[in-house]
Amino acid sequence: MNPLPSSPAEDQSLIAALKAGEEHAYEQLVRRFGGWLLGVARRLVHGEQEAQDALQDAFLSAFKAIDRFQGDASLATWLHRITVNAALMRLRHRRRRPETLFEDLSSGDGARQDPNYPPVNWSESAEVAAERAETREFVRAMIDELPDTYRTVLVLRDIEEYDTAETAKELGITPNAVKIRLHRARQALRDRIDRRLRAFDPEARP
Amino acid sequence: MTTCGELARFLMAYLDRELPEEQRASFEQHLKACPPCVIYLKTYEATIRLCKKSCAEDARLPGAVPEALVQAILKARRATK
Ligand SMILES: [Zn+2]
Repeated sequence: MNPLPSSPAEDQSLIAALKAGEEHAYEQLVRRFGGWLLGVARRLVHGEQEAQDALQDAFLSAFKAIDRFQGDASLATWLHRITVNAALMRLRHRRRRPETLFEDLSSGDGARQDPNYPPVNWSESAEVAAERAETREFVRAMIDELPDTYRTVLVLRDIEEYDTAETAKELGITPNAVKIRLHRARQALRDRIDRRLRAFDPEARP
Repeated sequence: MTTCGELARFLMAYLDRELPEEQRASFEQHLKACPPCVIYLKTYEATIRLCKKSCAEDARLPGAVPEALVQAILKARRATK
């Protein structure tokens, strides 16, 4: 999502300069795409240092691979993929938490089994709540708490907007596993957001 | 007849229009008769929107790469070429 605005013509000349090994082109590439890609890395790995390291890995891979860049995808898309790869690689080498923490997440039984029964429809007040930085902060923290195997699927599918097949390929799992994990991750998030937003008063001033 | 549990389980398939016609009809019948499941569906969808918004670029530290990182990347490149 949010690819940087850059015209195909700008991309073309930058690619040509990179292929020619012009020093300034490397710097230009990092400055033009780095901020956006750092955001991508931050959503996948844990912690700012890891994100920055992943970004560095990504650019070094990109510099090496630029000769093979064909231009069938845009430069932004190509770099995005490389960054996702670099971030996932770091994540695999540094499993932070045991996956069993997912036990206490949603059982997936839905409305009637909801521990917070009776249900509150906060779907519209969520739009108001989302305007507040503290709500967005809370949601990001909840995403960050998901076990990696679920969080990576959620981030790739719902935030980076990869399709099921791309996500499956990137993570080395089956499309069906992507669907199951995505659904469970969303349910788990819904339950946690529910606990917070059912008490949210859209009229209250921030 | 779809139960509340089944509704929750197949919700994503329903939203992605992947349910077979018959199951879809039964699903929709359940929704007509079960307000809590309607709320579950709406809050599930709201969760997805909230995720996107919360992680949108402008909700984060926007834009630039820290200068030290730019320099580190360029230095690492020169070291590895
Ligand atoms: Zn129901």
